[in-house]
This record gives sequence, C-alpha cells and structure tokens, in this order.
Amino acid sequence: MADLLNLRSVTKVYSRGLISRTSTVALNDVSLTLKENEPTILTVAGESGSGKTTLAMLLLGFLSPSSGQILYKGKDINRLKGEERMTFRREVQAVFQDPFAVFNPFYTVDHLLSVPIRRFHLARSRADVRDRMVEALTAVGLHPDDVLGRFPHQLSGGQRQRINVARALVLKPRLLVADEPVSMVDASLRASILETLRALKQDHGVSILYITHDLTTAYHISRSIIVLYRGSVMEAGDTDTVITNPQHPYTRLLIDSIPWPDVDRRWGQTEIKAQESEAEGAGHASGCKFYSRCPFAMEKCRVTPPLFRLSERQAASCYLHDTHPALPAERLSELLP
Amino acid sequence: MAEQPVLEVSDLRVSYYTDAGRATALDGVHLVLNQGEKLGLVGESGSGKSTMALAMMRMIKPPGRIESGRVIVHGIDLTALSDEEMRKARLSVIAYIPQGAMNSLNPVTRVGAQLVDAIVAHEPASKRGEIEERCRRALESVDLKRGVFEMYAHELSGGMKQRVCIAIDILLKPRVIIADEPTSALDVVTQRQVMETINRVQKQIGAAVILIGHDMGLMAQFVDKVAVMYAGRLVELCAVREMFTRPLHPYASALIRSLPSLSNKGVFQGIPGLAPSLLRLPGGCSFHPRCPHAMDVCRTSQPPLETLPDGRQVACHLYPHKA
Repeated sequence: MADLLNLRSVTKVYSRGLISRTSTVALNDVSLTLKENEPTILTVAGESGSGKTTLAMLLLGFLSPSSGQILYKGKDINRLKGEERMTFRREVQAVFQDPFAVFNPFYTVDHLLSVPIRRFHLARSRADVRDRMVEALTAVGLHPDDVLGRFPHQLSGGQRQRINVARALVLKPRLLVADEPVSMVDASLRASILETLRALKQDHGVSILYITHDLTTAYHISRSIIVLYRGSVMEAGDTDTVITNPQHPYTRLLIDSIPWPDVDRRWGQTEIKAQESEAEGAGHASGCKFYSRCPFAMEKCRVTPPLFRLSERQAASCYLHDTHPALPAERLSELLP
Repeated sequence: MAEQPVLEVSDLRVSYYTDAGRATALDGVHLVLNQGEKLGLVGESGSGKSTMALAMMRMIKPPGRIESGRVIVHGIDLTALSDEEMRKARLSVIAYIPQGAMNSLNPVTRVGAQLVDAIVAHEPASKRGEIEERCRRALESVDLKRGVFEMYAHELSGGMKQRVCIAIDILLKPRVIIADEPTSALDVVTQRQVMETINRVQKQIGAAVILIGHDMGLMAQFVDKVAVMYAGRLVELCAVREMFTRPLHPYASALIRSLPSLSNKGVFQGIPGLAPSLLRLPGGCSFHPRCPHAMDVCRTSQPPLETLPDGRQVACHLYPHKA
C-alpha cells in the first residue's frame, strides 16, 4: 500500500430532533488519497459552513463518517485497536485555529511538550526528552531558551501557534491537519508560521492538510486545492490553475472577494447574492448546492452536477462546463499533484 | 464636502497601571480626520490600536487611565464632557463597533428592541411608532429585511448579526464611526458584503470612519489613508496608495513586504524579532532592536512624528524633517 490516507466516498450527516428529524449534510461524498512517499500540502477551502472543519474532525478520528470509509495506511481509522491506534494517534497530528484557547494556563511549555514524548515512550532519559523539545522548537524557528520554562500567557500569539506546531512535530507525524492555523495571528507573523509549515513538508516529509477560508495563503503554501461549498466539492485541482483561472462560479466569487493588499487590484464587481439562511438552504436537498446564489443558475442545475474535468489538473462541478468529460467523484485525487 | 476636520485627536496618552509597573499603551497620538474620510489604523497586537478606540470613546477602564489629550469631534471636546453628556455623545456623535460586536447582541430580546433602546436612550421624547419605523429603515439600509426587526440573534448568520450592529451604529447618524476589526471572524465573501455595507452607509450619512485591523488587504480595498502604530505611537501616516507603493518607516515597509500577493508566490518575509513589551520599552526609537537601518541616534533619541514636504507624516530618524 502506497497510500498514507484514503477517503472513500465519505459522507457526514448531522441529525437533530427526535420526532421530526432534520439533517444537515456536512460533507457529501468526498474521496481523496494522499500518497505515503510524496509529501504534499493540500488546501481545503470554503466559507463557514462548508464542511472544512467536519473533514478535519473525521480525519483525526473525532467523528465517524455516516457512510464511506477513512483508511490510514490501508486500515479503517474507526476500527483501529491497541498499538495500531496509538501509532495512528502519534502519526496524525493537528494544529487548531485559536492559539489562545488551546493551552492550559497552569502548565509551562516544557510540560506541554514533554507529555506527548513520555506518553508515546519516545525518549529514554530526561536529557533525551529535552533534546527532542529543543530539536522541535528549533525546527519551528523558536529559540528554546526564549520559551522553555515559560507559561502560555508570557508568549505571543505567534509563539504559541509555533509551539503548537512544535508539539505536533515532537511526535514525528506523517500527516498534519492544520485547521485555520494563521487566521488568529498578526499579519506579520503569518509569514513565519506558513514558512514553518512549508519547511515541515520539505525537511521532515510531513504531508499537510491545510484548512482555510483564506485563499491568499492557500495560494502561497499549497500545491493542490479542493474548494468545498456546503459539503460538496465545487472545484479541485492544482492551486496555481484554480486560483489564477477559477472556473466554478463559486470559486470565482471567493477569489473575487479576496481583499488583495494591492491598491490597483480592486474588489471585483461580481454581484453577491446574500447567503440565504440555513433553513432555506436545507430545502434544496437535491441539485447544485450553489444554485440559490449562482448568477448562472439554470433549470438543469436542480440535478447535482458531476465534476467535469477541464484539464489534467482542474475539474469543476458545474454544468457551464458540461462539454468536458465527467470525472467520477472517487477519482478526485487524479487532479491533485 | 468642506475640508474641515471632523475629528481632532491631540496628544492622547493612556497608561495601564499593572502590578508589574506602568505600561504606556498610547503615547502622545495626534490625528486629524476630515468629514467623509476613511482612515485605517494598523499595527501588531498590543500596539495600541484598540486602546486608541477606547480612549476616543472614553471607555478606558481601570487599571487604565487617560493621562492627557483632547478628542474633538465636530467642535465638541469629548474629554471635557461630564459622564452623562459623554453617554449622550456616544452613538450620536461618535459610534464604536467593537471587536466581535456580533456576539454582543442580547440573545433573549428581539433585535428590534435593541435598536429601539438605542434611540430611546438618546431621544426619550420620540414617538414609539416613529422610532420603530426608523429602526426598520436602518435595517434596510444595511441590506437586511425589515422582518429582522422581529427576529432573535441566534436566527441570524454572523454576517447578518454584524450588519445589525452596523445598523445600531448609524441610527443616530454619528460624525465618526470607529470599527475595530469588524470582519475578523467572517469569511471572505461575507467580509466583502459587510465592508461594502459600511462603505455605503458611511457615504449616506457622511461620517468619517476609522477602521482598525491588521489585515492590510482590507485596508487596500477600503480606506483612503493609513496610520501605522507601533508600541503605542503613530509611526507613519499617509495615503493608502503611497503606503503600498512607497512606505517610508522601516516597520511599515517590513509590514508591506510581509504581505502575500499573486506576483510573489512562495516568498514569505516575516518581520524578525518580537513586539516589545510596553512595560520595558527599549530606549530611543521603540523599533530600533528590530530595525535593519538602526543608527546610533535611534538608540538614544525617540524620533517625533514629522510632516514631510509632501504632506506625509513619519516618525523616523532616516527622514530628517524639513517641512
């Protein structure tokens, strides 16, 4: 098996209510493969409610899919037991959005970093524990002397977020799920955290799933991208192609709305239809999820469009491109370099 | 539009008295804003942006204290008002959209009641029906349906809640609106809608806007002038185009260089070093330990904010002042 991670037609439905059940499809039939020996950075992009975080929770094994399977090195992650489960827990790590909320204020950075080392029996002696901490901190561009022995409140947001990355790194993971890792830190620190993530991939061979709504950073850091809207894949492919030449009306809207830090590149003129309230949206159970907001909506959009393959490295789920061959959802990964 | 300043802030100083000592969060800030102008206030966390907004609203709480300075809006010196007069001035003269404003809506009363409250507090004599009509119109002017008046906060999305807050802020047609990161929790599409809403209502009522944030992209799209803050001081103030094409202060230019754009894929240039602690500011220019151009004079003397011949303002020893 050469696949590190394999999602097979994963769907997640949240249901609520006892008598009249209402359900929300958070993720709809997503298939995806990450290869074991080709570390890559894959972006999952979309606005709030697109299912990005649900995807992260599924990958980390915090939620189980309503249908479909998630395989890690060929094994279903929801059926892992004993040692295999520990290996999975060690090799798949996460960095979350808010660096201010994830630390226990009573513990020092040393404690935070040494617990996982001891828990997974990665070190033989105290000196070994310290070496590993120093190594991980250096790898994320922090001076160990600046942060070891300190409490979280003594550190800046950027330092905290890099410690989160270091905490994941001490375990020598194979896959890092980064859920909006830079949305809460200052612009001047974003650059250094993204640089850290990229070095992880290059120097340590860690694959990264970068979850974000910020296409600017996605463009800079990732090789491939999947754009989600209300749980469905709208467009996927090579990041350069998708961002410089978006083909799905939703991707166009997203890219048109990026506030580029450039006075000559104004916000686009694309009319935005306000997002209807959730209740209204749920009524469109069938058909293209973007139907109600799409400026090009047609009668046939009431039937869910398949992915149409526009080129070797780009596909969009939109009937505007129905002259191109359809790509079965389970072969999505063919688009991703 | 007359070129008469609607907002004049002079020598505003705010300190926080903490157990570890006195932290000067705002150190003698001067600022002038004309009617209808949009100013962006940028800087790292802890640079004093939000303190500046709170000080202008006179909402600094202990252990913080306004040490000195005047804030004059439309001829009214806010610092000289009594507490009761200041309460009246808030919203009617100067309005503030705090960070995470959308979470400030009361979950157990209808949105409409919260808008009505705002007017009643300022104009107790108005007729109920009239007030409600004004509130509904305010909701319409921020692209919300009139029916939102009867809804509760949990029935609205983040962007809609943020627009309700904007509606409250424009009810009494203030002269100055201060928006502190109004879109930081929203995604790009909603962010654009909210910013376009602010832009439109700002033009309608002719108010000046101060947009606080660290998203330079948003600044490039929205404001006319940018002011950069560092460690409680204004270090540069100029037109947005000049800021992006030719920033003068080394901190401002590092900030601009750190921005991702379409043309420089894969180049990340952070600003080395860390923001200084306000309790232990380095002597001289606060930025000198991180500055690539630091000279001897920077270590000993703090550069004042000077106006250059072309009207830009910068506080740096690299630009000898001759106005």
